[in-house]
Amino acid sequence: MTAAVLGQDTRAVGRGRPGVRWTLTAGSSLGLGIGMVWFSLLVLIPLAAIVATAGGEGWHGYLDALTNPQSWAAIKLTVGQSLLVTGINVVMGTTIAWVLVRDRFAGKRLLDLVIDIPFAMPTIVAGLVLLGLYGPQSPLGINVSNTRTSVTLALAFVTLPFIVRTVQPVLAELDADVEEAAASLGARRLTVLRRIVLPAIVPAIAAGAALSFARAISEYGSLVLISGSLPYHTEVVSVRVLGFIEGGDRTSAAALATIMLAVALTVIVALDVLQRRVARRG
Amino acid sequence: MVELPLPARWAVRLIALAYVFFLVGWPVITLAQRAFADGWSNFSQAFADPDVTHALLVTLEISVWAVVINTVFGVGMALLLVRYEFPGKRVLSAFIDVPMSMSPVVIGLALMLVYSGRYGWFGPTLEAHGFVVIFNSPGMVMATCFVALPLVVREVVPVLEEIGDDQEQAARSLGANAVQVFRRITLPAVKWAVVYGVVLSLARCLGEFGALKIVSGNLTGQTQTAPLVVEQKYNNFAQGEAYAVSFLLVLISVLCLLVVSLLRPQESSS
Amino acid sequence: MSIEISDVNKRFGDFVALEDVNVSLPTGQLTALLGPSGGGKSTLLRIIAGLEKADTGTVSIEGVDATRMSPQKRNVGFVFQHYAVFKHMSVAKNVAFGLEIRKRPKDEVRARVDELLRLVHLSQFADRLPSQLSGGQRQRMALARALAVQPKVLLLDEPFGALDAKVRKELREWLRRLHDEVPVTTVFVTHDQEEAMEVADEIVVINDGRIEQVGTPDSLYDRPANDFVMGFLGEVTRLGDVRLRPHDIEISRSPDLAGSSPADVLRLTRVGFEVRLVAGTEDGREVSVVTTRAHARSLGLAEGERVWLTPSSGAATVPAMTPLVRAELAG
Repeated sequence: MTAAVLGQDTRAVGRGRPGVRWTLTAGSSLGLGIGMVWFSLLVLIPLAAIVATAGGEGWHGYLDALTNPQSWAAIKLTVGQSLLVTGINVVMGTTIAWVLVRDRFAGKRLLDLVIDIPFAMPTIVAGLVLLGLYGPQSPLGINVSNTRTSVTLALAFVTLPFIVRTVQPVLAELDADVEEAAASLGARRLTVLRRIVLPAIVPAIAAGAALSFARAISEYGSLVLISGSLPYHTEVVSVRVLGFIEGGDRTSAAALATIMLAVALTVIVALDVLQRRVARRG
Repeated sequence: MVELPLPARWAVRLIALAYVFFLVGWPVITLAQRAFADGWSNFSQAFADPDVTHALLVTLEISVWAVVINTVFGVGMALLLVRYEFPGKRVLSAFIDVPMSMSPVVIGLALMLVYSGRYGWFGPTLEAHGFVVIFNSPGMVMATCFVALPLVVREVVPVLEEIGDDQEQAARSLGANAVQVFRRITLPAVKWAVVYGVVLSLARCLGEFGALKIVSGNLTGQTQTAPLVVEQKYNNFAQGEAYAVSFLLVLISVLCLLVVSLLRPQESSS
Repeated sequence: MSIEISDVNKRFGDFVALEDVNVSLPTGQLTALLGPSGGGKSTLLRIIAGLEKADTGTVSIEGVDATRMSPQKRNVGFVFQHYAVFKHMSVAKNVAFGLEIRKRPKDEVRARVDELLRLVHLSQFADRLPSQLSGGQRQRMALARALAVQPKVLLLDEPFGALDAKVRKELREWLRRLHDEVPVTTVFVTHDQEEAMEVADEIVVINDGRIEQVGTPDSLYDRPANDFVMGFLGEVTRLGDVRLRPHDIEISRSPDLAGSSPADVLRLTRVGFEVRLVAGTEDGREVSVVTTRAHARSLGLAEGERVWLTPSSGAATVPAMTPLVRAELAG
């Protein structure tokens, strides 16, 4: 990277010297070493253990996981609900971010604070909180517990902050001049929004959507109390994995876990590519 | 700047507020109502149960350990990632984010597969030497660390990048060694980012559920944590106590958020 | 000699920043490293400071081999283009930093900080934060901070580059006076030839990673070693087969002088006290000439008039054999 940063660019930029990276010294090498040992023990080796356990029986483990009808139902439900919720967040998250940045009203700071609550709240409590309003004793008379709607609701709750928090700063730093220039050139409000504002925030929306999808697909805690985890109906992959673990079937658990990791990574990479493409065009 | 026409502005504002109110606001209010349904009796009942107080203490202890470890690791890694060149840096940087897209259940499973005393890769050897990881505090601290791993790193990295290394180089040219540069220059500059990361980590650690459910064994009065107690109480029809403990946990997480939102403006003005 | 640099090479990837650099910088003097952006002068300065390591070659400071010494052991003062102030410390704390690192007694630190703040005219700002200072004040604070540890050499990397033109000119004169008061060996990097000529005792011209010429400002201006140095240090024009400075051309209204070339005045511009004219010669080239307003008036110059141009006696000239492009772009 140093080569790229300090290469031909130095001659063009010249005065604004790029920060010079330091090569490792004895002290920092030791730090890196300790850090890597800890990181390996905590993350890398356990991840390897999952992949190794899943692949212990060759491709059978994966095939079994996919062909087991209950697991397949869980995968379909999880991926489908995660896509649905991510779609909701794209619309609502962007709307909320817009309101937080461009609107002025009393209580805006409170709204800003409330957005973060789902991120900081214990997931099991999130489920309990939703049960209070949308459960059997709902003051609204709406009871969604043990239905697929409860899955959508819980996932929408825990993923609320992601798109709001990625779009908000980009919207705030958007150059007002550009919009004014567009308006002075005769563009109408909707045209400015569509042609100027939207392209500028699409990368942020994509980044937030990736986070939101990854979180939704791996959600567990908030669903425990509200979804009922009914097989073929409201059972998500995490619950299915836990079922395998509790039943002592570690190979199936690991295989299913690996598949979900792969799906999450695929979506993250795909949205990253989209984000780069938009950024380059813009 | 584009200003929406007044009716549209009201409509958009109302949609946003209604969505957040029905999804987060009202449910949280309902929780408070349920917790205080009989005055303080839910709380007195919950806190009279030694298993509940024990679980709260366990949660606190595990969280503090995990936050301390993650802070040291996070600040160190952020420094290495921003200031130094070494092979494998990009891969490492990508892997630090992995916990964000992993199910807590899978995190628990991953740790079990390595450290379980019965079937883990290292577990039996470690237990033979008297070091029990799973169903014990070390495993619980590890699971919590794993879940909250990226939070401190991701707060500190952008700040380090933004301040650049000019000040650090100036300090070195004035005779400061690596430790002095870190203590007197780098640390004060990233102080608020670290505090912010610590508060977020603390909220995340206190609330961890899935991974801990697996690696702790959920032993009541021993390794059970506060979120696990909430589940147990709710399922055992002690819903009032579940709401009381939940309310306490929400209170802590909202306090964490308040601290963060109060810190934020200071960070930008300094 | 205070700083000896021998056979230094430095690459960043495939980019050659410095190539076989050998130079000695004299003790107690103010030396400028002058050259276009990206030519390697900052890299050389950073190698002297130890902030960058040379791939090959040696650096010695005051007779001590410093090639492998870390920056904190070299006892050099370094001033950065963008000040590198310690944002969270007061002005006095910034200046005291190096002394506190060296564990000097508190009284001594206080006395030395007071003295330095007086020297850079910042006494009344001692307790302010750097964010409350202007750019010029910050740079003076950075200079005081570097001087506080009584460095063997003081290195300044484009010290005035981020300041506006007026402040830059003031600080330039102030640096010259400061150096006369505190005669520490000083090396500064600049891409501004006027700044180098005005402030430095000696100038090292660096381009494309190589040293083009070393000498006093006068000797460089009057006897440039090559096209590049001539072009970089001032305006250059071409008359016949030589390249020379526009003010080194004599204008007359008749062809009496030997070797004079006829030309027509194409454009005439008055800039303050001087008059710049562009004349077209018979070979189709345009020549720039600078003269005084009084002289132009006495000759009765106007656009379309015919004149005869001659290099004045003693003018610095170089043969116009090499392509003009490089030097003209750089100048």
